[in-house]
Amino acid sequence: MKQIISLLVEDKPGALMRITGVLSSRGYNIQNLTVAPTLDPALSRMTIVVDVESRLRAQVIKQMNKLINVLQATDLTDAPAVTRELLLLRVRTAMESRTAVLKEAEIFGARVVDSSVEGYAIEATGDSEKLDEFVAVMRSYGDIEVTRSGLTAVSLESKKLRLAPPVPRGGEAHDAAAQGLAAEEDDEEEGAIHGEALLRKRR
Amino acid sequence: MKNESKMAAVTVPATNKPGPLMSGANILLECLVREGVDVIFGYPGGVTLPFYDALYDHPIRHVLVRHEQNAAFAAQGYVRSTGKTGVCCATSGPGATNLVTGLVDAMMDSIPIVALTGQVTSSLIGSDAFQEADTFGITRSATKHNFMVKTLAELPQILHEAFYIAATGRPGPVLVDIPKDIFQAQGHYAPVTSIHLPGYKFYPDGHTGQIRRAAQLIWESGRPMVYAGGGIIHAGASAELRELVEIVDAPAVNTLMGLGALPGNHPNFISMPGMHGSYAANMGMYEADLLIALGVRFDDRVTGRLKAFAPHAKVIHVDIDPSEIGKNRTADIPVVGDVKRVLDKLNRFLLELKPTMGEARAADRAAWRKQIRTWKEEHPLEPTFSVDEIKPQHLMSEINRISNGEAIVCTDVGQHQMWAAQLIRYDKPRLWINSGGLGSMGFGLPSALGAQYANPDKLVFAIAGDGGFQMSIPELATLANYGLPVKIVVMNNGYLGMVRQWQELFYNNRLSQVTLDSFPDAEKLAGAYGFKGRTVERPEDLRAALEEAVAEPGPYLLNVRVSPFENVYPMVPAGGAINEMVLGPPKPVAVA
Repeated sequence: MKQIISLLVEDKPGALMRITGVLSSRGYNIQNLTVAPTLDPALSRMTIVVDVESRLRAQVIKQMNKLINVLQATDLTDAPAVTRELLLLRVRTAMESRTAVLKEAEIFGARVVDSSVEGYAIEATGDSEKLDEFVAVMRSYGDIEVTRSGLTAVSLESKKLRLAPPVPRGGEAHDAAAQGLAAEEDDEEEGAIHGEALLRKRR
Repeated sequence: MKNESKMAAVTVPATNKPGPLMSGANILLECLVREGVDVIFGYPGGVTLPFYDALYDHPIRHVLVRHEQNAAFAAQGYVRSTGKTGVCCATSGPGATNLVTGLVDAMMDSIPIVALTGQVTSSLIGSDAFQEADTFGITRSATKHNFMVKTLAELPQILHEAFYIAATGRPGPVLVDIPKDIFQAQGHYAPVTSIHLPGYKFYPDGHTGQIRRAAQLIWESGRPMVYAGGGIIHAGASAELRELVEIVDAPAVNTLMGLGALPGNHPNFISMPGMHGSYAANMGMYEADLLIALGVRFDDRVTGRLKAFAPHAKVIHVDIDPSEIGKNRTADIPVVGDVKRVLDKLNRFLLELKPTMGEARAADRAAWRKQIRTWKEEHPLEPTFSVDEIKPQHLMSEINRISNGEAIVCTDVGQHQMWAAQLIRYDKPRLWINSGGLGSMGFGLPSALGAQYANPDKLVFAIAGDGGFQMSIPELATLANYGLPVKIVVMNNGYLGMVRQWQELFYNNRLSQVTLDSFPDAEKLAGAYGFKGRTVERPEDLRAALEEAVAEPGPYLLNVRVSPFENVYPMVPAGGAINEMVLGPPKPVAVA
């Protein structure tokens, strides 16, 4: 079954290789992957769609969280999240069906980005199923050429809404330790979240 | 963790005045000095020339091994015997690829080493230059993390981060790939005052609530079993482990990686569990109602068939690495933390709760200890002897007698490794050094080299089979070169014994490519390198031969001809349940 993984990663050489390595070393095939910078230019947001055996999903997320360049890996498969994909499509149409193509594009909320005597170039966004349908409809009008961006996702869990990228505790813990400070309370909270999360996964 | 204090000790100059102009190679050495590095195990080459030139008159010592793989193994021997972070070094291309086995080995056993590799000049990278290999890509999955240095300015930061990553959290190998022009460039060393690794997280303290629940569960248990592994050794938590075992008076097993965590002569210590574990250890794991799993990863060699592993037990699992918890066995009480800190808290809770909870199941626990004793007596791990030939078990028991729980024993991989684990006692951590997870043949001798270098006054044995020994023969030169008095004991049965054992038991005794004929004459071989060696074949000569080897001030090669067809028992066949051990060779069937 499809697993949607959202990652916040350091924009460092090799980061992508390490993350995809977690999947490829287990023989999983990545269906799609998107990466782009976040508000903090040093960090990137990555969305991966991959077919992972259900019993190994939690393990894959843990292995990704273990990577030095990964600030946070989250499984969005069953979590409240919005997923979208961008599609760019060229369709060759006969003169008499040009108006019909425009109508169809309108129905799907798509936008014509280029027009020529041959036909149109159209951009559309939506969830993958909707885009599949759009492609099917367009195909009925003539030859088409399609480029899709792959899925990108945003989590809707309120506790995860952060205007700035989260700064996890790895670096802080070190600073604190270097100053000889104990961060007992914070650690307990983290530990609790962690332990609880583990327990939740088991159920 | 260990390296934090080291990092904190880095002094910050009062002014921002840059230091003197130095070459990249010297800046690298400066970083190593600040990390407390005293020795590098390495092998030079074309692109590391500028580094070796700087090393020429530098106080950091360098041990010239005879193969890069052995540089990584020797560094591991240094780490495993001292607890410090080890450093190995190789040139680009073939030098770096030769390191890879040693890195994966360190990864599997969580050994903190920093590997420095040279890379071709930056402008040539990607051009298939002479001795160019994509070291960064090749070692991605062989390391905990790896770096490629792109500018001299970032070198100190990367170096200190490499040491920090290697030694903290779950330790592991880190590789830093440095192009030749970075060694040659001139710059100023700016002290590194903080580590910036926003994605690197580890939680050493352990969740107090979980630890309290663990303490309650322990007192509610009638058949507790402490299952302690390599994590105890890495965390330096032996004292805390012993305290736990004594508070609860619980029986304990140490895994292959954890031998020595609890003294081998401790009354509560059973032995090693797993595929070649003892009857009492495996039965104890099987019948326990609570596993207190500390710094272990429920490895397949320990658990046998997972579904039949400890079926009656609840599990408390303490590990610094969250991805180990629940990986193979679901934990009832997961605790993510450094096992030393967690045990410290756990022991306090146990003592706190003892007056109210300690008595409830005390009788059950007494009966449980009695049961374990009975199992131990029924099928003890005892050496076998023969008057006609030297049994491998006889050899191990003689080494055990000489060591008396004190010597450093480095082994290779195979049958001798299992017998050495079963029959040699380890009374302290960091005495038992072997390649557990990866099982790399050729590990024993070079790791003993590193361990002896770090512990010049200790008795260090390198025990190897005749197969593994022949993989590490080049390092005889290194031993001779540095006068390292390692006692090499070759358990020579003329076979790749462990593979032969499996062919015998599971492949209809078709012995395919496991016979090792033409072993060199030990006396001549050692003599060729300028030290002593001999072959011993008679059981009555064994003791004197070993004593002669130990008495020799330099290295010694003792080739012990043992009975060729001895197999390691008990044995849990692959995929079997651990309570279904095969305790010994099949009895001969009487022919009618």
